[in-house]
Amino acid sequence: MNPVSEGMNSSPLIELRDVTKIYPLPSGDVVALDRVSLTIQEGEFVAIMGPSGSGKSTLLNQLGCLDRPTSGDLFIAGKNTREMDDHELTGLRLNTIGYIFQKFNLIPLLTAYENVEYPYLMKHRKPDDTGHVSGLLVMMGIDQALAAHKPPELSGGQQQRIAVARALVNDPRILLCDEPTGNLDSVTGGQIMEMIADLNRQGRTVLMVTHDPTVAEYAKRTIVIRDGRIA
Amino acid sequence: MKQKDVIFQLSVRSIRLHFLRSVLAALGIVIGVVAIATMGMMGANMTLSVTEELSAMGNILVVKASSGESSGGMPGPGGPGGSGGSGSEEDLVTEDQFRDIERIASKYGTVYTLYSESDTIEVGDNTRRSTIYGLDPDVIPRILTLSDGAYPKRTSSVIIGTSLAERFDLKIGSKIDIGDSDEGPTTTVRVVGIIEERGMSTDLNTDSAIIGSEKLFIGMYGGEGEYGQVNIILDDINDAETVSTEIMDQLNKKEEQVSVQDSSRMLESITSTLGTMTTFVMAIAGISLLVAAVSIFNVMMMSVTERIREIGILRSIGTQRTEIRKMFIYEAGILGIIGAVIGAAMSVAIGWVVVLAMVGSTEYFLTPASLIYVPSAMLIGIIICVVSGVYPAWRASNLDPIEALRAE
Repeated sequence: MNPVSEGMNSSPLIELRDVTKIYPLPSGDVVALDRVSLTIQEGEFVAIMGPSGSGKSTLLNQLGCLDRPTSGDLFIAGKNTREMDDHELTGLRLNTIGYIFQKFNLIPLLTAYENVEYPYLMKHRKPDDTGHVSGLLVMMGIDQALAAHKPPELSGGQQQRIAVARALVNDPRILLCDEPTGNLDSVTGGQIMEMIADLNRQGRTVLMVTHDPTVAEYAKRTIVIRDGRIA
Repeated sequence: MKQKDVIFQLSVRSIRLHFLRSVLAALGIVIGVVAIATMGMMGANMTLSVTEELSAMGNILVVKASSGESSGGMPGPGGPGGSGGSGSEEDLVTEDQFRDIERIASKYGTVYTLYSESDTIEVGDNTRRSTIYGLDPDVIPRILTLSDGAYPKRTSSVIIGTSLAERFDLKIGSKIDIGDSDEGPTTTVRVVGIIEERGMSTDLNTDSAIIGSEKLFIGMYGGEGEYGQVNIILDDINDAETVSTEIMDQLNKKEEQVSVQDSSRMLESITSTLGTMTTFVMAIAGISLLVAAVSIFNVMMMSVTERIREIGILRSIGTQRTEIRKMFIYEAGILGIIGAVIGAAMSVAIGWVVVLAMVGSTEYFLTPASLIYVPSAMLIGIIICVVSGVYPAWRASNLDPIEALRAE
């Protein structure tokens, strides 16, 4: 599992060119991102910081291809996402991007194991017979007994470990983390951050939104956003 | 968990999570399927039963003298009965016409003439009106079956219908006075045989009638060679059209002299009417399926609303819109299949009871023409369920992932 070796080239992994995002509201347009240009190389660990409402989550949603810019271009692995349809963008989320959410966002109807296996099944169209899913869960400290439980039966820390395992199951080149420790106590949060930092050390590109300076310290580069612009 | 099953599994688990709600939605389908299948089976059994009853007379052509009125319809019991006297001449088939009819139709089956009259009969102190038929004694054994006694050999001997025998408590050897004793002399006849119950027919209705020889009839009413009607019992029902056309063409060449009643056409008409009635009743039963469809639609919309966040998660981790759509269509389909299967099982049981109560016999219940309504109703139920799930599924798949993730 070394995404760096397969994807390393001179062009940046992520590039934003004058990306603007405007939300039209009855009370007037809200400019969430204002001509943001940003380049992120493969293997970087970038923290995105800023006060509430500054546009950092909007930026992360753009990077995660969950939303489209009002204007400007976003390139991921050299491809302009503006030219992609919904099917291709969904494919990008499945194969290239791993998402870790503040609220874990596990599927309550599936067991911990099935939650991790789900993106694998979507990608490979066959069950995991290589032990990859189990291996990831063990790596995250989730044993077989815990893996049989459904998310609501597990602690926050355990759920976030499962969420990390799910984000990694398709071996993505980019890991997007939205306040990954926001719902965890400081000890568990520290453990999760160690895991994420470790993944970056192995070569994975990590972009993390946080308002916690302690968490941001794990990153090698910090971008501060204010009023939709990079400060 | 196989890939092709993962979406299906999510649907199944969602149904299990909201078990009561799902059961109630499926119950609507159960009721709809039972209503449609039962009504369909009842109609089919009724049609089959009536067809069987009427097909016995389906091979009969009745030729009557035409007085310019159109042909068709059921004849009243006793043909021109009730008109009193011997009837006017234009209402009767003449000997010459009968010979022509016989020449045309004898190669297709049995042709016989029928004298008929409605008259008062007296048995002891009881008086009532009855139909008196006069038939060729050689023909009687060929067209009528007796349940008791023998065929009439003498002029004063008659055979009578079951209903008449029961009403007057008549037995073999009983005597009947034909004619009103207040108005003139009566003719006394002796019962020698009881005719097996035949039910209603186009040629002659014997259950409440007295059948004697032509000689007896002419002796009482006169009118020799002037027949109430000529009946043709065809060997092959398929010849009905040919014989009917040939008679009409030849006898009505110059002017309309006779009309031909084709029983097979009447049978078609009754079967068609029953079919229309069945469709109508099924359509009313179908309303219950429409109500079920609204219920399924409601449940699916609730499912979408409750699972907005889950849909957002699935979309954000790389689930295609088509797969989200499938998830909800599967859910509606599962509810439909469960409802349809239970409905099918119940409709066989309830259908049996309804058919027994309404038709009076389950003789045709297990025939394909009857049971076909069970899979048909199941299919309609499942299709309605899936169709009800289309809009909620479409709505789910088109949710904005970011908005969906924000939902609590």
